[in-house]
Amino acid sequence: MNLRDSYDDRFRGVRKGRRMRFAFGALIFGLALLGVASAQAPRVVSVGGSLTEIVYALGAEKQLVAVDTTSLYPDAALKLPKVGYARQLSAEGVLALRPTLILATSEAGPPNALEQLRATGVKIESTSAEHSFDELRNKVKVVAAAVGMPDAGRALETKLVADIAEASRWIAAQPSRPRVLFILSHSGAAQVSGDGTAADAMIKLAGGVNAVSGFKGYKPLTAEAAIGANPDVILTTTQGVAAIGGIDKLLSQPGLGLTAAGKARRVLDMEALYLLGFGPRLPQAVRELAKRMRDPQTAVATTARTSPSPAP
Amino acid sequence: MTAGPIAVAVAVFALAVGAFPIAPSQVLSILGAGIGLVAPEAIDAQQAAVLWSIRVPRVLLGAAVGAGLAVAGALMQGLFRNPIADPGLIGVTSGAALAAAFVIVLGAVFPGKLVRELGNYLLPFAAFFGGALAALIVKHVATRDGVTSVFTMLLAGIAISALASAGIGLLAYIATDTQLRLLTFWTLGSLGSANWSVVAIVGFTISIALILSVRLAAPLNALALGEFEAKHLGVDVQRMKNIVLLVALAAVGVSVAFCGMIGFIGLVAPHCVRLLCGPDHRMLLPASALLGGTLLVAADLVARTVVAPAELPIGILTALLGVPFFVVLLRRQHGQTTSG
Repeated sequence: MNLRDSYDDRFRGVRKGRRMRFAFGALIFGLALLGVASAQAPRVVSVGGSLTEIVYALGAEKQLVAVDTTSLYPDAALKLPKVGYARQLSAEGVLALRPTLILATSEAGPPNALEQLRATGVKIESTSAEHSFDELRNKVKVVAAAVGMPDAGRALETKLVADIAEASRWIAAQPSRPRVLFILSHSGAAQVSGDGTAADAMIKLAGGVNAVSGFKGYKPLTAEAAIGANPDVILTTTQGVAAIGGIDKLLSQPGLGLTAAGKARRVLDMEALYLLGFGPRLPQAVRELAKRMRDPQTAVATTARTSPSPAP
Repeated sequence: MTAGPIAVAVAVFALAVGAFPIAPSQVLSILGAGIGLVAPEAIDAQQAAVLWSIRVPRVLLGAAVGAGLAVAGALMQGLFRNPIADPGLIGVTSGAALAAAFVIVLGAVFPGKLVRELGNYLLPFAAFFGGALAALIVKHVATRDGVTSVFTMLLAGIAISALASAGIGLLAYIATDTQLRLLTFWTLGSLGSANWSVVAIVGFTISIALILSVRLAAPLNALALGEFEAKHLGVDVQRMKNIVLLVALAAVGVSVAFCGMIGFIGLVAPHCVRLLCGPDHRMLLPASALLGGTLLVAADLVARTVVAPAELPIGILTALLGVPFFVVLLRRQHGQTTSG
């Protein structure tokens, strides 16, 4: 509402300015300067959960005017206007927010909408959607430069590098390499994560072994293949556990209960964007995953957690 | 005859309203500046860009696609002499869907040069050829000794559609999550691809289809009596079938290619016209075009504003807006007539 009011105010200002042009030439010059200044106040639309998190981590959230539907963290981001699903942007809808900058991953689209946005002079900073720590560093660099906060960017990067190094040292000192099966969804056969997925990258970063490999992306797993994969730990998202109605329901899926993880009830759940988003909480998430998947106590799930814990 | 003014009012309203706020007076000024009536200094450049490069092409694309789908539906219903015939019956839609799914899921198998040359047009071109191929197979299966059997064509259309669904199912199985999501959005349709080149391609094709359809009105009226009767009235039935199929193929193929699957318009717009003005094809075909275009522009207006700054897939809205309209007409007509 407030946003819309301010647009109307601006238009009214412009129209009034035009009417006065002949009488108050000098005054118009001042108004025009003001107009230029307000047009240059950065208005950022962030299309990607990890990019939105980086904007907040840099302290640049004042520039943010809208986010996409994957921007679920922090809570403040949920209150911003939503431009919809990243791959189905509406050119006019986004333009209506009068953005000066759009932060996007290579997943943003459709191409026609991006072309139309570029054509009207909006700057689009695009980053890769790759699941790696290096890509996270690159995103921080790109976002920090784009919002004009390179110093905050460098500071964040330094902190991330130190944090991931610390997590890696801890992981390297662990003797165990647990076999982890990540389950994305539970409609019918369990959808599990193969090579190239964010879950696969997280399991490897946390020093585990992906219990299923040899195929790309997420695939349904038959009951027999689940037993064959025989994971030590089952990893899933908090949202996934909630959708199926609890850990017991999950383990009652054909096959899962007969795996080593199922017998020992070693089921881990983490919030989806925290676990798979590859945003600035990555070192924290890697560390938490690495610890919980090796700790027989915490890994035995009893209740579904609703939000990620703060840094351990 | 209030239909014309209503269509114009919907189009004007669709141009004036959108997520990006432009005052109605500004819309007029910008349109005026476009044809040289208003000095270009009097308009805001960004508002003009939004109107000319986003909103105007979208309204034109919606009008063309809606008209094309509705006329194709009316032609199919006339040819099959069957009220539930819709443009998808001859396999165009499912063939296009299979080709689109192929590009979305296995786009990487296309040679890099082809992808670079075609860019955003790769999917539409593939979808159009997929749809055309499916329709030609259906036609070929149903034709023996130079005579196309409408009844066999109906069954062949169902068979080819089932085959295409199986292919789409297989592609969905090997698709990643993102590809699946794109596929779902594609099957719900969108006018979001609208730009001037798309409007030119779609507008040109559908205009030709509409012009050809005018000459089909009298033969289709004769066909309503039956194939033999039509023949005895001097209609070259086989030639008419060929032209009907060609027109439907062109109109539906180009619509599906650029806008995905937009259901309902092709089925119901002609029926609404029949309920309002009767079954004479000389009236039915142009009136269906007008109603189809108007309905789609109205549906798109809602699609792009109701959840702004995001937008809803248009396939949801064509049914949501059109079905109540259709049901009311059916109820009003109930008992007054036995035609349907």
